[in-house]
Amino acid sequence: MSTLAGAGRRKSRLGWNLLGLLVFVVAGFPLYWMLNTAFKPAKDAIDSDPSLLPTGITFDNFGRALDIADFWGPVGRSLVVSLAVVVIGMVVGLLAALAISRFAFRGRKIVIVGILAVQMVPLVAMIIPVFLLLNDLGQYDRLTGLIITYLTFILPFTVWTLRGFIVNIPKELEEAAMVDGCSRTGAFLRVVFPLLAPGMVATSVYGFIQAWNEYLYALMLLSQKNQTATVWLGNFTTKHGTEYAPMMAGATMMAVPIVALFLLVQRKMAAGLTAGAVKG
Amino acid sequence: MSAADTTTPAKVPPPRQAPPPPPKDRRPRGQRTSGGASAPWLLLAPCLLILALVMGYPLARLVTLSFQKFGQSQLWGFQPAETVGFDNFAKVLGDGEFWAVVLRTVVFAAGAVVFTMVIGMALALLLQRVSGWLKMLINIVLVASWGMPVIVATTVFKWLFDSDYGVFNALLSKLPGVEMIGHNWFASGPEGLAVIMLLVIWGAVPFVVITLSAGLTQVPKELEEAARLDGAGSWGVFRYVTLPVLKPIIVMLTTLSVIWDMGVFPQVFVMRNGHPEPEFQVLNTYSYDRAFVVNDYAQGSAIALITVLLLLGVVAVYMRQMLKIGEVE
Repeated sequence: MSTLAGAGRRKSRLGWNLLGLLVFVVAGFPLYWMLNTAFKPAKDAIDSDPSLLPTGITFDNFGRALDIADFWGPVGRSLVVSLAVVVIGMVVGLLAALAISRFAFRGRKIVIVGILAVQMVPLVAMIIPVFLLLNDLGQYDRLTGLIITYLTFILPFTVWTLRGFIVNIPKELEEAAMVDGCSRTGAFLRVVFPLLAPGMVATSVYGFIQAWNEYLYALMLLSQKNQTATVWLGNFTTKHGTEYAPMMAGATMMAVPIVALFLLVQRKMAAGLTAGAVKG
Repeated sequence: MSAADTTTPAKVPPPRQAPPPPPKDRRPRGQRTSGGASAPWLLLAPCLLILALVMGYPLARLVTLSFQKFGQSQLWGFQPAETVGFDNFAKVLGDGEFWAVVLRTVVFAAGAVVFTMVIGMALALLLQRVSGWLKMLINIVLVASWGMPVIVATTVFKWLFDSDYGVFNALLSKLPGVEMIGHNWFASGPEGLAVIMLLVIWGAVPFVVITLSAGLTQVPKELEEAARLDGAGSWGVFRYVTLPVLKPIIVMLTTLSVIWDMGVFPQVFVMRNGHPEPEFQVLNTYSYDRAFVVNDYAQGSAIALITVLLLLGVVAVYMRQMLKIGEVE
C-alpha cells in the first residue's frame, strides 16, 4: 500500500520535474542565446538556420564591439554616476530611514506616505520638467545633473528599503545598550549599525544596479559624446542593427557584471522586500 | 531662474514644523522612543530638501507646464510662456489618436499584468513540487533574468525575433508546414507589441515568482492539512487556503505590476529604434514624442499628467497595502 503511494508520488514528481526542466530551458533561453551569439564566429550568426549548440569560441565579436564606438568612456561615466548616486543616497537615506523607523513624531505618517508616493511617480512623466530645470540651471549634459536626477528614484527606494531592514532589528537591543550607559548615538553605532551593515550593502548594490541600468534620463540629459553605458548599447541597437554578433558581445559585457552583482544580493533584497508582507 | 537673488529658503518648504523648542529641560519623558521633538526632523531634513528640489519642483513644473503654451521658442527664451488654461488638455482629449494610445496602453498593461501574475503563481507552485537541484537551477535562471538590464534584455529579444536570422523564426520553421523565415514581427502593431509584451513578462515574472515563493513558505501546513481532511482537493486548498494567505502579497505585486507595465518606455523605444511608429505608441512614448519630437513640451506634460492621474487609483491601493504592512510591524 505504502510502496504504491510512494511510487505514485515519485511518478508525479517526475512529471513536475519534466515541466520544471521545460521552464528552465524556456526562461533561460534568451540568456543562453545572448552568450551563444556573443562567442560564435560572426559568419555563423548570420545563418537563417542557426545551430542551437555553440559552433566554436571566438572573442572577435568583443573586439569588434569595442571598435565600433568607445566603450570604456561610457562605462567610466556610468560608474561615476552610479557610485555618486549610491553614496549620496545611502548617507541621506540612512538618516531619513532612522527618523521614520526609530522615532515617533507628529507628521511621521505623512512623511512615510510622501516617500511611498514619490516612488510611484513614473520617471517618464518627470523627464520634461527635469529637462527644462537642468537646462535652466546649466546642468544639461553634465554628469552632476544626471546624478541629481537619479536621486529622484534612488533616494525614496533607499529610505524605504533601509527602513525595512531597521524595523527588523529589535528596539530592545538599543534600549539595553542605553540602559547600560550608551548614548543614543553610541547605541546606534555599536549595536544597530553592525546589524544593519549587510542590509546596507545589499541596498547599495541594488541601488547601484538601478542607477547603472537607467536609460531614459541618460539618453535625454546627456549628449552623444557624454553617453553612459546603457545609451551606448541602445545606440548600438539602433545604429548597427545588422551586426548582431558584436551587439550580443556588447550586451554580454553590460549584463555579466550586473547579473553577478545581482545574484550576490538578491536573497537579502527579496527578504527585505517581503519582510512582514505575509503578516498583513 | 529669475528668482536667483531672492532668498533660497523661500523656495523649499521648511524642513520642520517648529514644534516646541528643543528640550533643554530635563523633564521626565513618558515615551523614551519619542526622543527630542526636533531630532527626527533634523535627520529627515537633507532627504526632504533633496526630494523637494528634484521631485517637488519638477512635479509642480509639470502641472504649470501643462497649462502653458510651451514650444521651441519658449525653450530658447525667444517668447515668454503664456498661460492658456485647459487648452492643452482640450487638444489632447479631443484627439482621436490619444484615445487610441490610451486603449492600446491599457490593453497592453492588462495583458502583461495578467500573464505575469498567472505565470508567476504557476511557477511558484511548480517550484514547490520539483526536486531540489532543479529548483536551484530554475532559481538561478530566474534571478539572472531578473537582474538583466532592461536595455540588454530588449537588445537580446530584438535579436531573437529578427526577421532573417532570428532564432525564433528558425525554430518555428522547423515545425512541419510552417515557413516563418523572413517574417517581420514588427510589421504590424499588434504582433510587435505582443513580442514586446513577451519581453516585459519575461523580465517581470522572476520578481513575482521569488516573492510568491517566499510567501508560500509562510502558508501554515496545518491549515492545508485541515482543508484536505475536510475533503478539499488541490484546487480547493489553493483557492480557500493558499490564496487568502497570500492575498496581501498578491495585491502588492499586482498593483506594482500595473504601475510598471503602464509605464513601459525603453522596451518600446529601443525595440523600435528610437522612433516608435504610430501603431506602437503607448502613453509614455506618446508623451515623449509630443514633447521632444514635435517639440510641444506643454502637450507632452499634459499627457504625462493624465497618465499620472490614471494611475492614481492603483497607487492608492498599493499604498494602503504597504501602510497596512507597515502598521503591523
